Amino acid sequence: MKNIRLIARLDIKGPNLIKGIHLEGLRVIGSPSEHALRYYLQGVDELIYMDCVASLYGRNHLDEIVKAAAKDIFVPMTVGGGIRSIKDATQILRSGADKVAVNTAAVANPQLITDISRRFGSQCMVLSIEAKQVGVDQWEVYTDNGRERTGLDVVTWAKRGVILGAGEILLTSVDREGTRKGFDLALVKAVTSQVSVPVIASGGMGKPEDLLSVVCESDADAVAMADILHYKRSDIGHIRVVAQKAGLGVRQYEHS
Amino acid sequence: MNIPRVTVIDYGVGNLLSVQRGLEHCGAHVTLTSDAEQILSASRIVLPGVGAFQNGMQALEKLGLIEVIQEVANRKIPLLGICLGMQLLLTESEEFGLTKGLGLIPGRVIPVPTLTLNGETQKIPHIGWSSLQYSNIEKKWDGSVLHDNQPGSAAYFVHSFMAIPDLGEHRIADCIYGGHRVPAVIACDQISGCQFHPEKSGEVGLKVLRRFISL
Repeated sequence: MKNIRLIARLDIKGPNLIKGIHLEGLRVIGSPSEHALRYYLQGVDELIYMDCVASLYGRNHLDEIVKAAAKDIFVPMTVGGGIRSIKDATQILRSGADKVAVNTAAVANPQLITDISRRFGSQCMVLSIEAKQVGVDQWEVYTDNGRERTGLDVVTWAKRGVILGAGEILLTSVDREGTRKGFDLALVKAVTSQVSVPVIASGGMGKPEDLLSVVCESDADAVAMADILHYKRSDIGHIRVVAQKAGLGVRQYEHS
Repeated sequence: MNIPRVTVIDYGVGNLLSVQRGLEHCGAHVTLTSDAEQILSASRIVLPGVGAFQNGMQALEKLGLIEVIQEVANRKIPLLGICLGMQLLLTESEEFGLTKGLGLIPGRVIPVPTLTLNGETQKIPHIGWSSLQYSNIEKKWDGSVLHDNQPGSAAYFVHSFMAIPDLGEHRIADCIYGGHRVPAVIACDQISGCQFHPEKSGEVGLKVLRRFISL
């Protein structure tokens, strides 16, 4: 039985941890390092940091935040937002990240997926896809944190990304993001049924039980959580127990 | 109080910051270096690394470090290889043709099986948290870097190849991937190798690092 990974997602704007709805209307939550440490101590399996204005302003604040996190957080970290080149990826990996997530720059220049994957290994290259539903069982790829349309079909782009070298897909439903309505099960299923690499479902986790359906019905390999953790509506420990009780494989975690 | 000193070999392969931070978190004073003299005078050595076996050996060769590492190993200085650094400890690897390793632990590096025991295709690389088990139920983990951990504890793996020692006695812990036993920790005298990333394995990994710096 494979282990489902429980991932905390931290959206960052400048020095702050923020949270929006549909990736918009961003609200400041607090200090990224305090929240990240709390999730680490609760036993989170991985962390995802996303600089949500990096594409818009062409800058990247995450470096310092990640470097600071590497001092007391010892689980894998994926970092995305504003990564445009091998140089950007090198920099963020040197700061302590284990994987880079690329969305906007990969759409503009798909070769970047191959370049990062060849240079650092496919396990390092996470293709981040922001998906909006545009029809029955049809989703369009958005970039720039859910602001820009691309005309690309999500499933087609996911398949192409894997061929180009993506080792993992972070699939965010813009429609569900921040709504607490549960994951977009059809979207996740549409992608997991077509690609061989692990898919992280992101957007919509309102209660711990939401992860059961996205894993059991939609075959998600990992679940990214934000709102539910940031607002302390639940915690990783409780979510892990819910998953275990439902018979899902999760990392055996002992509190120190 | 004596602060334990650890020398981490910097041969341009992999993310050293996390390894350094993990060791520092455990109370060690860390030196990153590719300098032969510094390595020869080290009291404990970590050989990290990610990527391809051949690239790793070539990088060590270019820096003139192959004999240096063999020399410190002969002197019984505690040495911990992590991920690729563990694989480099062995005699040879099948990755991209046969490549010679450091030869500190007899054995061979072979691909992680692409099929599960049931014959189903499985994802390569093996990425994620896997539970650790005794390789040898009688020997347990006494005296090894896993001394302070319990079987069933999970650690974080990212790898496509696995290091198989010739002798069963050099296998300390395994994880199970697709039904196959995959070596997770190997050891021979004061030389240990960790296939998982202790610096990314939470408290389980920190216990490994703490144990290593207390050797």
